[in-house]
Amino acid sequence: MQTSTVLLVLVALCIASFFFARRKSHAVAHGSGGLTTLHSLPKHYGYMALAWAGLPALAALALWSALEPRMLEAEVVSSLPAEVRALPEQQFGLYYNQILGYASGGMNAAELDEVQLAAADRYSALAARFSWLRSALVFAVALAGAVLAIRRVQPALRARNHVESIIRWILFSCSFLAVLTTLGIVLSVLFEAVRFFQVIPLTDFLFGLEWSPQMAIRSDQVGASGSFGFVPLLVGTLLISAVAMLIAVPVGLMSAIYLSEYASRRFRTLTKPVLEILAGVPTVVYGFFAALTVAPLVRTLGESVGLTVASESALAAGVVMGIMIIPFVMSLSDDIINAVPDTMREASLGMGATMSETIRKVLLPAALPGIVGGILLAVSRAIGETMIVVMAAGLSAKLTANPLEAVTTITVQIVTLLVGDQEFDSPKTLAAFALGLVLFFVTLLLNVVALYVVRRYREQYE
Amino acid sequence: MSNYDNTTLIAASLKKRYARERRFQWYGRFAVFIGFVFLIVLLADIVSKGMPAFTQHFIKVDVTLDADRLGLPENPTQQDYFGADFGGVVKASLREMFPEVSGRGDKKQLYRLISVGAEYDLRDHLMANPELVGTTQSIWLRAHSEAGSYLKGQVSRALPEADRKVKDIQMDWLDQLRRDGRTQSRFNTVFFTAGDSREPELAGIRAALQGSFFTLMVTFLLAFPVGVMAAVYLEEFAPRNRLTDLIEININNLAAVPSIVFGLLGLAVFINFFELPRSAPLVGGMVLSLMTLPTIIITSRASIQAVSPSIREAALGVGASQLQTVLHHVLPVAMPGILTGSIIGMAQALGESAPLLMIGMVAFIMDAPSGVTDPSTVLPVQIFLWADSPERGFTEKTSAAIIVLMGFLILMNALAVFLRRRFEMK
Amino acid sequence: MMQGTENMGSMTSVAIEAETVETDSRETGESRVLQLQDQDEVRDYVTIGAPFVDNAKMAARNVNVHYGEKHAIMDVSLDIGKNEVIAMIGPSGCGKSTFLRTLNRMNDIIAGCRVDGEITLDGEDVYGRQQDTVMLRARVGMVFQKPNPFPKSIYENVAYGPRIHGLAHNKAELDEIVESSLRRASLFDEVKDNLDKPGTGLSGGQQQRLCIARAIAVSPEVILMDEPCSALDPIATARIEELIDELKEKYTIAIVTHSMQQAARVSQRTAYFHLGKLIEVGGTKDIFTRPRHQLTENYITGRFG
Repeated sequence: MQTSTVLLVLVALCIASFFFARRKSHAVAHGSGGLTTLHSLPKHYGYMALAWAGLPALAALALWSALEPRMLEAEVVSSLPAEVRALPEQQFGLYYNQILGYASGGMNAAELDEVQLAAADRYSALAARFSWLRSALVFAVALAGAVLAIRRVQPALRARNHVESIIRWILFSCSFLAVLTTLGIVLSVLFEAVRFFQVIPLTDFLFGLEWSPQMAIRSDQVGASGSFGFVPLLVGTLLISAVAMLIAVPVGLMSAIYLSEYASRRFRTLTKPVLEILAGVPTVVYGFFAALTVAPLVRTLGESVGLTVASESALAAGVVMGIMIIPFVMSLSDDIINAVPDTMREASLGMGATMSETIRKVLLPAALPGIVGGILLAVSRAIGETMIVVMAAGLSAKLTANPLEAVTTITVQIVTLLVGDQEFDSPKTLAAFALGLVLFFVTLLLNVVALYVVRRYREQYE
Repeated sequence: MSNYDNTTLIAASLKKRYARERRFQWYGRFAVFIGFVFLIVLLADIVSKGMPAFTQHFIKVDVTLDADRLGLPENPTQQDYFGADFGGVVKASLREMFPEVSGRGDKKQLYRLISVGAEYDLRDHLMANPELVGTTQSIWLRAHSEAGSYLKGQVSRALPEADRKVKDIQMDWLDQLRRDGRTQSRFNTVFFTAGDSREPELAGIRAALQGSFFTLMVTFLLAFPVGVMAAVYLEEFAPRNRLTDLIEININNLAAVPSIVFGLLGLAVFINFFELPRSAPLVGGMVLSLMTLPTIIITSRASIQAVSPSIREAALGVGASQLQTVLHHVLPVAMPGILTGSIIGMAQALGESAPLLMIGMVAFIMDAPSGVTDPSTVLPVQIFLWADSPERGFTEKTSAAIIVLMGFLILMNALAVFLRRRFEMK
Repeated sequence: MMQGTENMGSMTSVAIEAETVETDSRETGESRVLQLQDQDEVRDYVTIGAPFVDNAKMAARNVNVHYGEKHAIMDVSLDIGKNEVIAMIGPSGCGKSTFLRTLNRMNDIIAGCRVDGEITLDGEDVYGRQQDTVMLRARVGMVFQKPNPFPKSIYENVAYGPRIHGLAHNKAELDEIVESSLRRASLFDEVKDNLDKPGTGLSGGQQQRLCIARAIAVSPEVILMDEPCSALDPIATARIEELIDELKEKYTIAIVTHSMQQAARVSQRTAYFHLGKLIEVGGTKDIFTRPRHQLTENYITGRFG
């Protein structure tokens, strides 16, 4: 049975148990002197039965679906001859994938040996049986839940409270999903990264000055073994982010200052939403703009003054990334400057300071921690930005601080390593997860520090 | 130090200070101006590059639909049509129009005036009108993308011939065709009805749009209910304890995690662990919903918070349970705000591409997906793919696809602004 | 006269209580006033008492202030004499703070505010084309309702004015200005070892004295004080009042206050404002003992706040 069919039947079971329970509550009430003797409304009894039928069954379905591929694999593998099972891990993975490919009809019998064919048949038979088992299990759980709930329908049963506490739990699980997501990110990235560090020593990764992930996929293949030094990627990422900040911070900060301290209300209400359009432009659009318009422009300009500019220069990607971040810096600075109390402005202006003196000597120093926090958030954005650099930055890792050369970034490498058909276990693929781990923790650190600084700053003026 | 000293000292410094003040103001104006310039250049660049893609040139060719030449039997079946040599007929017709052309190289150039898709158009035309077999018809055939770009005036003869795809000889032919009234510019319908293609003139965004639609649908169906429920829990039910703090910290941090990290999560958990299909809108939607959840939760919380406590007290006062209060009174009032936030979250998801690259939604998709598990791509990823193609025709298509994407985003944001306005008016 | 002093004396001890009563009775008080006054009388009202003096430092003539549609100050004429302390009293929203702020053009920074009439400083037009707000505010300093030290060190707070105006030629001169200003604000002894500590770390009363030191560091000729003690406790208030008494030797001071007792204690002249009008001006003793206008009497006897 397909998953959708199982779900449909389950829904039908739930609805049926709702009506059964509701009818039973009517009947019970009738026997004990009217509906008022019930603790809750009949529909609450119905909802209770529905929840009892549906929720455990759904959990069972999810659990089974998660475990099924593993159980199947274990069953099939145990039937394979010992010499096959003794194959090296990567070869065995390939061998097993061929079995799966044939079983799902994606491969010709000619490409497989007899043992594999037998295993594939065994796999198909098992899969069919498992599918039936799954349906039976789900329906049994649903029926058991429904029967239990319906049997409990009594006037004294506090069905409404019961249903509400179930709903509370559901609501809680929804918000707990945030924690699970973080956990999922950490675990998935960490798990693969640890496997990577089993092949490539952590110190080589952290301090290596060369990045060329062209590693042989199989150990018996001829080919250069790759080097996985992370430093050039970090330098490239920081170089592009620095260029971006050089654009975004002055423009964003000065715009925010002008709009909040000098501009008329009308000008401000007209201008701000227009500039914020920049924040709504998808990053892929910026990438296109960077690759096709800004990069050639930078190159032409550079060459006209006699400079050698790479066609995928860090400068072009950085400038466009800076444009993207302008509204982000602007609205953060705006919030922060507005959080400085007006009494500061009055005190300074009241002594005869000009507006710019007030801004430079009072407002900005007072807002400095907040602005630094905002800039850290912006840096974290720049480091994690993907599409612009994938489309406009280079692929080869070069250790340079010259923004006219092509550099590559962490995110570019993650994308290059993972896009396309990759053997999931190769160090090359695993390296992407190691980079992901670094990216996650660097941005996390920046965010935590930035949010802390900004919050402390806010508290100072509350 | 007397006052007299001070006033002279201040007076002496005034000119400099006012100059500094004016300079500072000009920096501010300049910064705002720069922001505007960036925005205008970006939009103008894309619009000017993309507008030509909405039209397409056709060339009128006299085609002799001879059954023998086509290889069509009498009363042909569909199979026969599919096997017929329409390509050969189109080429022959071109040769007849320019009988002076000889030599393999020149002939090849001549054939390249017409799109390779033209023969399929011709086939479909004939299948719909079988009575035309045996006649000679003047038929408008789709121009090749390079020929089209010359007809649109995008290629200049001044460029050295080696640097352009349209050769001098082709330009002569095209000029002659134009003089004879055999060229025509039409609205490019293929762009909206076809999937991806190797040929720019045959490529469209239909498949990507449909993929975006399915992906966004999954995202909305997952993120909206879960986000609203999480917001309700945190605002109305959550006790003040460590666990709640942990949840809140997590939501705030997830809002700032780079999107590509969500892609890694999707790849490792959904695809490798749960073995869900690659390249499917289902997985894409799941990843994007995790990514947009923080936005939805944060904005929903804000609008739930904005509901006046008197409404809650009134409901609780007449004996409604906390849940009933929330469902019947708080949520309806907060709904416009929640929807506004969700639409903004959806707009974010619609423009997102990086995490989708991770889960394999970068495939070359010709046919529109028909379900959430079919391999598909989305509009931003289609833009990414086309942006990589060197042909001029694709640059134009990329910009046009961006215009369409931005159109949808503007629509969504306008809707959000509209909802917010109505909400504020209440 | 006897009655008046007695009244004042008993009120000092309940200064804080008086504040709260004042706010509570504000609404009812104002509605009663509306009944009391004759509309025509208010429009063409001419201030009772002695608004003009011989040695005026600042002079306001027929000043009107509008905030957008709102007519906040109506036709006020008043002199501020050299080296005197003039108190401005009146119920909330009577325009006394607005009037104070027109004196050094602090209203300029409020959008939609319009000032008509004439205000002069030593005969120079404050709102004239030649007038420079920077210079004006350096000469007419201001101390605000809530102590508002900058989030900088105590030293930097006081040095701020001299620095922006370029009053000190070197570090030694600046040190001297800072020290003498702090001394004059009678704060020096309390903070002399902590000049590099943040000004925001001081107590409320110390912060307000720091703000006064900051204001006098640029040697203004006039100091405007906008309810300088409203956020302070009675002891801190007493210190500030002593300080005002000392400062009047050197400066001209205009103080807006909510507290009649304070006005009685620190000022030589008192001006009573009511709904944007200057009702009555006179020697402080006269105003508090022999008010000539019904509204003034109602106010000082506490019929409304």
